[in-house]
Amino acid sequence: MLLQERKDLFLMAIFSFVVLSAPILFQPIGAGYPDLLQKFAIYGIFAIGFNILFGLTGYLSFGHAAFLGIGSYAAVWSFKLFTMNVVPAIFLSVIAAGLFAALIGFVSLRRSGIYFSILTLAFAQMSYSLAYSVLTPITNGETGLQVRALLKEGQTRGLLDADIRVIDSFFGVEEFGIPITNFFGLKMSGWEGFYFCAIILIIAFFISLKIFRSDFGLMLRAIKSNQNRLNYTGINTRPYLLVAFMISGMYAGLAGSLLAVTDPLAGAERMQWTASGEVVLMTILGGAGTLIGPLIGAGIIKYLEQIFSSINNYVLFTFFDFLPVELQVLVTKLTSLFVGEGWELTLGLMFMIVVVFLPGGVVEGINRIMGLFHKRKRKEDTTTNHKAQPAE
Amino acid sequence: MDVILLQLLNGLDKGGAYALIALGLTLVFGTLGIVNFAHGVLFMLGAFCAVTFNKILQLGIEKPVADTGFGFTPPPEVMPYVKIWFGETWGDFIISSSVPLSILLTVPFMLLAGIVIERGLIRFFYKRTHAAQILVTFGLAIVLQEIVKHYYGANPIPQTAPDGFSGSVNIGAFLGISDTLVYPWWRLVYFGFAIIVISAVFAFLQFTTYGMVVRAGMNDRETVGLLGINIERRFTVVFGIAAVVAGLAGAMYTPTLPPDYRMGMDFLVLSFVVVVVGGMGSLSGAVLSGFLLGIMQSFTAVSSYALLVFPNASEEVRQGAFFKLLDFVDTWILFPGIDQIIIYLVAVFILLTLPRGLMGRAGVMED
Repeated sequence: MLLQERKDLFLMAIFSFVVLSAPILFQPIGAGYPDLLQKFAIYGIFAIGFNILFGLTGYLSFGHAAFLGIGSYAAVWSFKLFTMNVVPAIFLSVIAAGLFAALIGFVSLRRSGIYFSILTLAFAQMSYSLAYSVLTPITNGETGLQVRALLKEGQTRGLLDADIRVIDSFFGVEEFGIPITNFFGLKMSGWEGFYFCAIILIIAFFISLKIFRSDFGLMLRAIKSNQNRLNYTGINTRPYLLVAFMISGMYAGLAGSLLAVTDPLAGAERMQWTASGEVVLMTILGGAGTLIGPLIGAGIIKYLEQIFSSINNYVLFTFFDFLPVELQVLVTKLTSLFVGEGWELTLGLMFMIVVVFLPGGVVEGINRIMGLFHKRKRKEDTTTNHKAQPAE
Repeated sequence: MDVILLQLLNGLDKGGAYALIALGLTLVFGTLGIVNFAHGVLFMLGAFCAVTFNKILQLGIEKPVADTGFGFTPPPEVMPYVKIWFGETWGDFIISSSVPLSILLTVPFMLLAGIVIERGLIRFFYKRTHAAQILVTFGLAIVLQEIVKHYYGANPIPQTAPDGFSGSVNIGAFLGISDTLVYPWWRLVYFGFAIIVISAVFAFLQFTTYGMVVRAGMNDRETVGLLGINIERRFTVVFGIAAVVAGLAGAMYTPTLPPDYRMGMDFLVLSFVVVVVGGMGSLSGAVLSGFLLGIMQSFTAVSSYALLVFPNASEEVRQGAFFKLLDFVDTWILFPGIDQIIIYLVAVFILLTLPRGLMGRAGVMED
């Protein structure tokens, strides 16, 4: 036990170090700028939260983007109504997403397996459609919810077009144009924004680590390996599942609010089910059920998205300069399918390859490679480790 | 009365598409035990078969264009081969009916595509978890979508119904009810087509020996295998058939909805819900719930029931209890946009009250 704690401490230290020095560490691969790193951190949080549900309990939710969207909406409303300070926004988002998750989870968790996936998918699609149509007074429909300039005296504009920001006005904060989000005066843009997200990521990771190591986490794993047996022993598993679902929903809400912090805008397309699919992919790619896997997955996908979608035909053509001209044209044509607009093709292919060949994700891949070096030492260990299968 | 009939027709038309996709989905569930998230994309591929066929028909010899002398050349006129081969009138007829004729391309292509997908990818996933199946087919769906997007662009490509079917038909006059019941021809055709395809699939499974073996395999795969029948090969063919059904549904739907690369995914989510409501593994359940949900969707799309039932109600009727009830429903339940979510609401309700769906068989996809 003590050994485990020391190991965790070590892990946390390494993790914090990597996250905080990310601007330098990721410089060589061209990712050392705040926008992208921020995305890593935010989607990392999203994936960590999803992993608490999917990785630990094996319940595959296909509607997690709904919580992300709700978090964003709640945060933007907090910016509009109360203050541009991010702290209330984050609290409000997490609470809103948690409540919403409790509601959806209470209904969806009555079923498991594929039915659970479809129920969550149905709820997410429902929220998406509602955000587009009926809830337009709250969500501003297709345009998306935005932070606007303060409502001036004598103006009669709706809350969607003008903000009141009660707390900021009370303290007499002066605004010129459309304000930027701040953390008690510290502007949340550029590197400050990244470090804010990074610190939240470290906290989120720490909480997830604690959940993994706790009795609660153990119970969730037990649900994954054999829920029937748990039921037979007289344990009601549903409360545990509901709490796990709520926690992961709150993580998604947190990620959503951070998205709003970096760019105070919330749109319904954030809730679409392809967005839910993306977080599933991140988790699987990195390794579901592992601590660090989802983060790696989120990083890889966001990085590839950035890199691949920015490559165009000209870049490709010059890259294949060493080939004879005819071949160069041909190869450029073929590879252009996978980059730029078509980068999602690469994403889909990656998805398939990972599911087919590497069900445990990148982390399993690393373990396998490590296993090759320690083959003789740990022969028994590896054979027992790979038995865990996600439950249905 | 005619407004109600109109809504019913609307529902049947959309329900036809849902039923066709859900039929294929549930066939694949029932036989292969695969949760196929790429099924919607097969629908989309079918639609693009129609687009491609149309493009093929338009191929022809470019007529030389006279130079106008203004430094501006008009786009070259194309004389399609079909017109050269079949003459002007027949050529025009063939080109205008490219959508129904595209079945000629859709059936073999989708059959091939289905078999290739099953043999090349899906068969490795029989023994994997449903989560893994969902994920790999989801990946496949993205890949196919992106390939289509690369070649056809992201914008919808409108297709036209054949000349004779492009307008509307006055059903009211035909049935002798009223003159106001006018409905697009093609959507009627689509409904009839859906019925034919569904019947064909059922007939195939019910009345042929091949179909009998497939049904036996759905019930007890192992025993059929023990009898020395290569059930796996038959299931491959079933996957092909499911793909063909989805493809046909897509190809024929193009005049109603201009296809773009995303349409498959939009329909997929709905058809999954349809399958779940109908009951996993139940073919008739899928068809029934497809039509039911289609009708339900179209009936929640109306703005007011009170006006629907009593188009021009007198003051006396307005005071009646029934009118008041309808009015209450209008104000409190029928909010705009409910047609977008009614299917999901129904699904949630059904899943919680009837765990097996409307007509689900015992033992299929049970937890």
